[in-house]
Amino acid sequence: MIRIRITFAKTSAMRYTGHLDLHRAWERTFRRAGLPLAYSEGFNPHPRLNLASALPLGFTGAGEVIDAWLEQDLPLSEIQAALQRALPPGLQVTQIETVDLRLPALQTELEASEYNLTFLEPFPELADRVQALLSALSLPRQRRERDYDLRPLILDIQILPPDGLDRPQLNVRLVAREGATGRPEEVIAALGYDPQLVRVHRNRLLFRVG
Amino acid sequence: MHTPVEIEAFLERTLLKVQKPARYTGGEINQVVKDWNHIPTKIALVFPDLYDLGMSNLGLAILYELLNQRPDVLAERAYAPWSDMEAELRAASIPLYSLETKHPLAAFDIIGFTLPYETLYTNALNILDLAVIPLFSAQRNEGHPLVIAGGHAAYNPEPMYPFIDAFVIGEGEEVIEEIVDIQQAWKRCGASRQDLLLSLAQIWGVYVPSLYEAHYHPDGVLSHLEARFPEAQLPVLKRIVGKLPPAPTHFIVPYIDTVHNRAPVEITRGCTRGCRFCHAGIVSRPVRERSVTEIVETIEQALGNTGYEEVGLLSLSSSDYTDIVKLVEAVSQRFVGRHLSISLPSLRIESFSVDLMDALKDSRRSGFTLAPEAATERMRDIINKPVSTRQLLDTARAIYSRGWHNLKLYFMIGHPSETIEDVQAISDLCKAVLAEGRKLIGRRAQVTAGVSTFIPKPHTPFQWVPCDTLEQITIKLELLKRSLRGPGLKLNWNSPEDTMLEAWLSRGDRRMAEVVYHAWLGGAKFDAWKDRFRFDIWQQAFATVGLDPAFYTHRLRPLEELLPWDHISTGVRKKYLADDYLRSQQGVTRDDCRERCYACGILPSFAGLRRLNTGDVWQCPEVKSPQGMAERLHPLAINK
Repeated sequence: MIRIRITFAKTSAMRYTGHLDLHRAWERTFRRAGLPLAYSEGFNPHPRLNLASALPLGFTGAGEVIDAWLEQDLPLSEIQAALQRALPPGLQVTQIETVDLRLPALQTELEASEYNLTFLEPFPELADRVQALLSALSLPRQRRERDYDLRPLILDIQILPPDGLDRPQLNVRLVAREGATGRPEEVIAALGYDPQLVRVHRNRLLFRVG
Repeated sequence: MHTPVEIEAFLERTLLKVQKPARYTGGEINQVVKDWNHIPTKIALVFPDLYDLGMSNLGLAILYELLNQRPDVLAERAYAPWSDMEAELRAASIPLYSLETKHPLAAFDIIGFTLPYETLYTNALNILDLAVIPLFSAQRNEGHPLVIAGGHAAYNPEPMYPFIDAFVIGEGEEVIEEIVDIQQAWKRCGASRQDLLLSLAQIWGVYVPSLYEAHYHPDGVLSHLEARFPEAQLPVLKRIVGKLPPAPTHFIVPYIDTVHNRAPVEITRGCTRGCRFCHAGIVSRPVRERSVTEIVETIEQALGNTGYEEVGLLSLSSSDYTDIVKLVEAVSQRFVGRHLSISLPSLRIESFSVDLMDALKDSRRSGFTLAPEAATERMRDIINKPVSTRQLLDTARAIYSRGWHNLKLYFMIGHPSETIEDVQAISDLCKAVLAEGRKLIGRRAQVTAGVSTFIPKPHTPFQWVPCDTLEQITIKLELLKRSLRGPGLKLNWNSPEDTMLEAWLSRGDRRMAEVVYHAWLGGAKFDAWKDRFRFDIWQQAFATVGLDPAFYTHRLRPLEELLPWDHISTGVRKKYLADDYLRSQQGVTRDDCRERCYACGILPSFAGLRRLNTGDVWQCPEVKSPQGMAERLHPLAINK
């Protein structure tokens, strides 16, 4: 048995695929690739795949991470070539490595997520609003009828130059630990903007080092 | 007309506001995208319900793969948007578009609807409306797409006659190519739309309703259908393929979960059993089989192309596949250890079926399904599904003792001559089955009864009989709901109103088209969805048009009456159906026609094809006589 760690991009139509469906898309990719995915024991075996972090519907990602367990020890180059042939449109492998079977689950190692936000409509007050957000000591918000403070979940917000279509852009880094996850749509709402009019792209996942 | 760029821009702003946006994006693995500007013929294949349902339609998957193999054709997909997406499309004045390249449907040369069941009719109208294509064939001009339709409901095309330019009656694999050829020739020479329709009418299996006129007796019964042009065939004989072509293997794999999210492989087409209520059993004759080798290879390729973890081996009666044992052995040997679930639906009620399922190691969570259709031996003889109650109980014991906990039993109420005792027997039989289960596995045993209501479908031996009324159905269902309860028992049923709608639409004549139109105007759509179906809209539509629904469904039709679908020939003779109907009234069954040919009419209708496809490819006897003068490969030649 080997455990491989794949960094991948999720783009185009794939961004409308939710977490469970993404899991299934990966399973089918491995099956098309003819790679011997390991399955759990028991009455209802399921493939041993482990996604680091759910990417909400509609978001694209450049540095998503998944672990997969294979029954057979195959050279990485072979695995990569087989996956490359089998990937659906909207999934691209950017990095692949073998990792120790004993490493803890990816989710438990996740520390933070870094996003790029693109605002589809002009947003002249953007700089002021960002400044206000960052200088606030707390940002009380409510999600699913639960009160919480968004401010400690925001690690950093930087204003980026506008994109090719002259749309304002932000780079946002949010805490992404189990039980303490900052959500980009909450940041957007806190900025006083309609989250449905923002493209969210997750640049990378930041894991605990060492 | 809107451009794909404009439509993409609309989607960018809209998709996050609607449920399951992946229904509307396309971009899945195995979709075919061709260069729009360099392909002469563009076809949109449309399933008039949600993507979630339409993606599992095998008919369209076959045509999609076939058409896209032609270098001069591109085929793309479209489905009915759910109401949230429809509201967005209408609010932004964006027309319905194809998933592959986001072109408006109106930009295609041909729109091909599949109509596998009647409750899709209002959705088909709604799709034309969303596509800004005139609903009525007569209102379309040379600049509009050709609108064609096929599928099992098209065997009675009349309730949709004014909306569809041409119907394909029967199997689409060959005829679609001929339609494309004719359409291309027509486009090159720039003739009128009427010229196109006249040319299409001459293809075997194509029905162009505008070339005919229906005449009625004062009492509303059809008097005759007049062919107004020499090109209009009468009757229109269904199209079939002599040999099943290579099965599709490049299924588009949806990104979201859909109904039957799996690789379907058609092992046979047609059925020799002759259950008298069964529309598919008559219209899909003769039986043609694929070989074990071909099926195994098809599965292998389909799995390689899709990565599916489930395969459905499809047929109307799996147990009747000639080499079923060899097939099950070959499949289980080849695919063992691949974490694959293989389903083999439509098994006969015999313990051998349990052996088959056991060999496939089919996932047992889903339960084991049997369809006795009626609960008394008397009634099963009438419908020609003769199984003894003892055999059913033996099979049930085998199922429970081999590891299945839930036995699903399908029944119909409302069969001809059914009494309340026959209905009560459904409950008694389910309890008897459960008692057997209890003996073997105790409290884990379950029985789920699925009860639907019989509809006398066109082209079947029961086409003359009336349906139960709403009141009768309600009384019978109430009885079952009262008596079929308790631990281990579950009852599922169809609402009587759903049944009525399906009965009206399947038995309707040309005047029913006006009802369909008014129902759509009144807001009817997604009629197949329990929470969307509005019975009152349909009642109102009947009132508006001035038709009595009971005329279609609650009237015993005399054998000599001209039926609205009599000009459509399935190859089975009306005389054969009538004989079989009379036999049913005497409780006389008819054996599997593999054992002995009962001369239903299929062989004389398709003798030329049978002659070309010798041996076990067909389950009908071989045609041994020398080729006669009247017999041609192309049945239309008979008319000339």
